[in-house]
Formats: sequence, C-alpha cells, structure tokens
Amino acid sequence: MEDMYSFLRTLADSWVALGLFAFFLGTVIWAFRPGSTEAYADTVNIPFRHEDKPAGEGDIPAATLKEGRTNG
Amino acid sequence: MWDYIKLLVLAVIMVAAGYVANNARDLAYMVSAIEVVLVALVAFIVIMRGMGEVKAEPETGYMDGIIRVGAILTMFWGIVGFTVGVWIAFELAFPELNFSRALDGYLNFGRIRPLHTSAVIFAFGGTGLLTTSFYVVQRTTGARLFGGGLAHFVFWGYQLFILLAATGYVLGATQSKEYAEPEWYVDLWLTIVWVAYLIVFMGTLMKRKEPHIYVANWFYLSFIVTIAMLHIVNNLALPVSIFGAKSVQLFSGVQDAMTQWWYGHNAVGFFLTAGFLGMMYYFVPKQAERPVFSYKLSIIHFWALIFLYIWAGPHHLHYTALPDWASTLGMVMSVILWMPSWGGMINGLMTLSGAWDKLRTDPVIRMMVVSVGFYGMSTFEGPMMSIRAVNSLSHYTDWTIGHVHSGALGWNGMITFGALYFLVPRLWGRKELYSLKLVSWHFWLATIGIVLYAASMWVTGIMEGLMWREVDAQGFLVNSFADTVAAKHPMLVVRGIGGLLYLTGASIMAYNLWMTVKRVPAKADTPATVAAE
Repeated sequence: MEDMYSFLRTLADSWVALGLFAFFLGTVIWAFRPGSTEAYADTVNIPFRHEDKPAGEGDIPAATLKEGRTNG
Repeated sequence: MWDYIKLLVLAVIMVAAGYVANNARDLAYMVSAIEVVLVALVAFIVIMRGMGEVKAEPETGYMDGIIRVGAILTMFWGIVGFTVGVWIAFELAFPELNFSRALDGYLNFGRIRPLHTSAVIFAFGGTGLLTTSFYVVQRTTGARLFGGGLAHFVFWGYQLFILLAATGYVLGATQSKEYAEPEWYVDLWLTIVWVAYLIVFMGTLMKRKEPHIYVANWFYLSFIVTIAMLHIVNNLALPVSIFGAKSVQLFSGVQDAMTQWWYGHNAVGFFLTAGFLGMMYYFVPKQAERPVFSYKLSIIHFWALIFLYIWAGPHHLHYTALPDWASTLGMVMSVILWMPSWGGMINGLMTLSGAWDKLRTDPVIRMMVVSVGFYGMSTFEGPMMSIRAVNSLSHYTDWTIGHVHSGALGWNGMITFGALYFLVPRLWGRKELYSLKLVSWHFWLATIGIVLYAASMWVTGIMEGLMWREVDAQGFLVNSFADTVAAKHPMLVVRGIGGLLYLTGASIMAYNLWMTVKRVPAKADTPATVAAE
C-alpha cells in the first residue's frame, strides 16, 4: 500500500499535472483557433433565439436573426 | 400503468417510513420519518387525482410550471434565510435574544446559525439555481425539458431535502461539518435527487436544437457534476443504526479536515460561483439586450475557473496539522484564481459596452452590474486573505464573515434578485414589472445594507485580530478574549442594521413581484394567452 501511495503521488506530481496543464492550454488554443471569431459571432446570440417556444414550433428561424445583434 | 407503479412505490415508502418512525432511536429521526410519510401521502394524492386526465401527446412548449413554483419558492426561502440571519446577527450583539432559559437553548446562536447558512445557500441559492437552470437550459437549447415529470421529482425532492435538513438541525441531528451538516439519511436522499437533476439537465442538452452548447450551460453542468462529487466524498459516513440519525465519519484527523475544506471551498467555487456564473452569462446579456462581451473569454473563464478552484481548499487550514506544502499549494492556487475571476467579471461588465446608459434608466441592470462588481471585489479579497501572513491576522475573526457576506449578499443575492425581476414578468406573461421605483428602493436598501455589513466587519475583524496578538514588553498578552467581545459591540450592531436593510429590500421585492403577477395586465402576445392547437 505504501508503494501504491508513492507511485500515485509521483504520478500526480509529474505526468498528470503536465497532462492537465496541457489540456488547459489546449482549451485556450481551441478558443482562438482559426475561424472561431465567425463561429462565436453566431453562438453568442443563442440567448436571443428561442425565448417563447422551443425550436421548430413556429418561431423565427435562427438564420434570419444572425446579423441582428453584435457587440463592441 | 406508470401511475400505478408510482402509487405502489409511494405506498411502500409510507408504510416503511411509518415503521421507521415507530422504531426511531431519536426525536430528529422520528420527525424526519413522519415528514417522509406526509410528503409521500401528498404526492400519492396528487398523482391519484391526476390519473383520469388525458395529456396532450407529445407535449409542446417549454416546461414552465415548475419554474413558476421555483421563482415563488426562491423568493420565500430568501426572506426566511435573511430573517434568520438578521435575528442571529442581533443575538451576537445582544445575547439576551438567545432566550436560553425560556426556550431551553433551542434559539441559541449555535443551533440556528446552520439554519441560516443552509437556508440562504441551499434553500434560497439552491432553489434559485434549480429554477434558473431549468429556464436557461430550455431557452438556450431550444428544447423542452427532458424527462417529463422527472423535473418535478427533482424540484420537490430538493424541497424535501431542505425540510429534512432544517428540522434535523433544530432537533440536534448534525454531523458537525460546516455547510455539510445534514446527517447520512438526508445525504443519501440528496444524492438520489441530484442524480435525477443530472439526468434532466444532460437529457435536455442531448436533445438540443442548437448545435452549440451555450456557455451558461457549461457553468450549470460543472456545478451539477462537481457538487455530486464533493457531496459524496465529504459525506462518507457509517450510520450507527438505520433507525437513528447519528453516523460516524470514515475519515478522521487531518484527512477529515482536508476533505471537509476541499468540499467547503469548492461548495463556494462550484455552488456559489460556477452555478451563479451560469445565471450571469444568460441574464446579464438578456437584460442588457446585448450578447456577452467576448465568447472566447467566456470559454477561457470557464476552463481556468474549474481547473484552479478545485485546488484552493487548503487555504482554510493554514497553521494547522496540515503539511505546509499542502497549505502553500492552496494559497498559490487561490492567488492564481484571481485572474480567471476578474476575466469573468470584465466579461460580465463589458457586456454593457455601448449600452451604459441603461444603468441610468434600468434598476434591474444596475442590480446585476453591482452584483458582478461584488463578484470582482470578493474574488480579490479572497485570494488576499488566503495568503498565509494575511490569514494569520484574519482567520477566526469577523473579517472572514464580512468577506463571505460581500460575496453572498453582493454577488449571489443581487444576481438572483436580477434574475427574478427578469423572470417573473415573462413567466406569468406580464407586460412589465409592477413598479421600477420599488426596484430602485430595493437596490439602494440592499447596496447600503451590504456596505454597512462589509465595512463594520472589516473594522471589527482587523481590530480583534490585532487585539488577540497584542503583547506587552514582557511578552504577555494584553487583552483577554472578553475585552475583544466588548470592543466589538458597536460594529455588531451596525452589522445587524445592515442585514435589516437588506431584508427590508428583499421584502419590498416580494411585494413588487406579487403585485406584478396580480395587477399588471397581460402582455398581448404571449404563450400564456395564445391558445394551443
């Protein structure tokens, strides 16, 4: 059991810490990937689409709202 | 068929809980069992009465009935929690209010303090999170809530959890872990409810009509998943008897302390921060009628927050038996955490860029902005207090209480109020709020109340910290503990007044929302007034 602890502790301090950090850096790089600005310009308007009814129950199609709201 | 199975299960629960009540080893457990019998009976009657009705298939529209109930109960638990808070604040200033002799200690500070913390965090905050998450996940996925009646089970199951926890505290059933006081049987029940909550939320995400999962849902989902993990690990305990409330913790000593504060700080991080950030990322853009400032920043905010928060717990255990490396790790991670927190604050505030004039005309957006401001302030104060040298002064003093309340009253309270002001007219199909002037009154009462609260706690906290460590030329302590208590009195009174202002503001809000539903005419074109095909 003692060896199990030492093994896990060493693993957590080295490869797992490195792996988690790499994953985090990956998410940052992912957020800035090419084309993300255009994709998020659409995503960011999600709260303004289906206020009253679920999608497909006679609301305004998302496409017509796309140019509707921008920030900045 | 399904209804018959439900009735059968409820009948079995009633008989079993009745048997348990009859054999209970202590009063708290017996009362809990009786409550279970009564709740099962009510559910039995409700299901039986609904059996003859023919339901529309498939059901259309959003599932909003349970959200309306949630909005009412959030407001109700807020008033209850704030009232208990004001009462115990004045108990500290005027100990006569304990009425120890007359009430046999039932109203003592130590007994009702967990009632206050659980009422505001789990009843008010938790019901608010359930309610808003059900609203937001439907609107941002364009899909009706998954699981039919399961959402009702989650909601009412959570209310039963609150009831069992509260009566347990009053009657003395507590496992003495801060913010995790409920005993083993209440913990088991919450686990069942929480798994159902995860199913409802995940199910709705899976049948979403929007291809992308909006960032608010990421925050809500991390709140649900992490709270499940924290709750299970911190409540590992063996009941002494299945007919009694008492249980024994599986961890002991420093491992138990570390597990408790790993839980405790992540309850702050994932219940009071991640969950409420879900609210911020939906309701601030909606009320400002502008999309969030930067979606890229929101993604980085999310991942940085959940990667860092989980390490911050050991800063609660400086100068204890915990190894130095662990408390240093907690401290360093807490300081790093400052960055994503402020990134999130900037993202929330800058959502108003180009619409700052709304601050002048819309008291609801003002409330939300002040809330995000307090989020920024308390996430600066927290890392600072986690530094070991600062903590040696601040720990065990009222500074900690002030810090918690600038976060809880300022950030959690104000964003929930903003969300309720947004939700109530929409949920009941009303044109507008009954009175914006009353919202302004609420805003100023609450803000001044928080300022009084936080400022008096800074003064008294630093004062008592300095008094405790003051030594004379020979190295003897200068002040006795009672000296510090006497010196604190004026600040404790100011704190109580601050709380009273906050409670008054919330009461005005309750009246305003009630009148919105009662008096304001219906909006011309709402789902409530459009006949269903």
